Amino acid sequence: MTSTSAHVVADDRPHPGDPLDPDAAISVRGLVKRYGDRAAVDGLDLDIRRGEIFALLGPNGAGKTTTVEILEGHRSRDAGDVRVLGVDPARGGRRWRADLGIVLQSGGGDSQLSVREQLQARASYYADPRDPAEVLELVGLTAQADARGRALSGGQRRRFDVALGIVGRPRLLFLDEPTTGFDPEARRQFWAMVRSLRDLGTTMLLTTHYLDEAETLADRVGVLAHGRLAEVAVPAALGGRGTAPAVVSWTEDGVRRTAETTTPTAFVQDLAARFPGEVPDLAVGRPTLEDVYLKMIGDRA
Amino acid sequence: MTTAAPERPALPSPGRVYRTRAGVELKEFFRQRESVVFTLVFPVVLLLALGAVLDYDLGSGVDFPQYFMAGVITAGVVGSSLQNMAIHIAGERSDGTLKSLAGTPMPKSAYFLGKVVQVLAVTAATVALLLLVGVAVYGIDLPSGVDWLTFAWVTVLGAAACTLLGIAVSSLARNGRSASATVTPIALVLEFVSGVFLPFEQVPGWLQDLASVFPVKWLAQGLRSVFLPDALAASEPAGSWELGRVALVLAAWCVAGLVLCVLTFRWQDRGTR
Repeated sequence: MTSTSAHVVADDRPHPGDPLDPDAAISVRGLVKRYGDRAAVDGLDLDIRRGEIFALLGPNGAGKTTTVEILEGHRSRDAGDVRVLGVDPARGGRRWRADLGIVLQSGGGDSQLSVREQLQARASYYADPRDPAEVLELVGLTAQADARGRALSGGQRRRFDVALGIVGRPRLLFLDEPTTGFDPEARRQFWAMVRSLRDLGTTMLLTTHYLDEAETLADRVGVLAHGRLAEVAVPAALGGRGTAPAVVSWTEDGVRRTAETTTPTAFVQDLAARFPGEVPDLAVGRPTLEDVYLKMIGDRA
Repeated sequence: MTTAAPERPALPSPGRVYRTRAGVELKEFFRQRESVVFTLVFPVVLLLALGAVLDYDLGSGVDFPQYFMAGVITAGVVGSSLQNMAIHIAGERSDGTLKSLAGTPMPKSAYFLGKVVQVLAVTAATVALLLLVGVAVYGIDLPSGVDWLTFAWVTVLGAAACTLLGIAVSSLARNGRSASATVTPIALVLEFVSGVFLPFEQVPGWLQDLASVFPVKWLAQGLRSVFLPDALAASEPAGSWELGRVALVLAAWCVAGLVLCVLTFRWQDRGTR
């Protein structure tokens, strides 16, 4: 943490003991889940607003999957209050499930049904499904509609998982590491699709290992470490990034030089005055999301 | 769109979802060549192979193929129900299909109903195929009159008990890959000690007692009453077909299997994250 005051401003997570937020898509207070005597989730407080894309980051074992599975109603909890779309997931019925979309990490299966047949079957479980043909169009699998799941490439398979997750017209969509194994082009297409879903009003909870993905897509990111939220902030402000000193680097007398400064503009002006023309190899940088993320989870390791 | 969300249309009726699931399960089975060959063709091969090798008279004018019909139909029913359920449900649990379904508003009962429809269809196809081959190749005497009724209830009750047992056993397997290795030997041993592959009176007494605990023996015995002349009932351990006890034990296994299913069924692999 570079600046304590900036940290407080950037961090807008609820505090322990705050009441549940009835307007939030997801509201969590004091969530605890233990496996044996190890607490996988150890007092988590979180509000996710309706309509936002929230990215949950954290190293393996930090409690991401456990948290998400409790929110999805796939796992029980040991303590805490949880509301997902106003309902306790431990008591969510069919009506509640119809408002959720879940894109699993391992999704899939080895079905003998075609992509279109699987999507039609899935749609028939919901009250107000999207047209399967439109969903295939949205995820770019129209040409694969008659293929079986097995015949799809890794990226196509993942997009099909997303199609299964959104065909029920969810108000809240869980995306668990959705672009693992994508090539860069497929990831850009996927990101565009996520944005178009947001434009349709879908709230999304995204877990990912790709920090650029979180930075590009998320309205806010939360960093989980050791079963607690280390910080919640907009990506540009995480870890005091927005106000952290800039790093200026250049080459002088054949030597690579770097300096940290809170006034990079003035610093570069001074630097420019010392050189007759261009400052050799000049670069001005801010800490990347990866820099602050690694520092944050390292601090707590 | 937040608080004043318009009332959404009603969820589809369970009946509609049941129909969807029944269709899905039928396609899943009959489009998979391996399962069709393993479940439908294996008993036929068994009938042809053992029928060709073993050819001795069992008395009362009954040749081996006529005696073996009951056994091979038992093997067909066990394959269509117990082995089919245990192996495929374990596979669907391992590959995430079950977890994915559990995250939808599909009524959980629809999954099981789809499986029941699949087992009924596969069992009917297997039995029909065996009868066809039996008559065409060995000139088997088909059941007559009230025997058809006995044939129907014994088969359906046996398939129901084995289906529930198969669903319960699917939870024993660590994952989909190990399910086949776990279940196939269990089924083969049960069939062997239940007199499926050889006359039951040739099974040692203590194995007969062991077999009597499980449903396969009673299924085979009920089917023998259908395919064998009543004179051969004397060779049964009790000296009769004991159809009342067949019904009782198979029904008891249905209840026990149902309880086991409810207690042990999991929608994802044990110990996954």
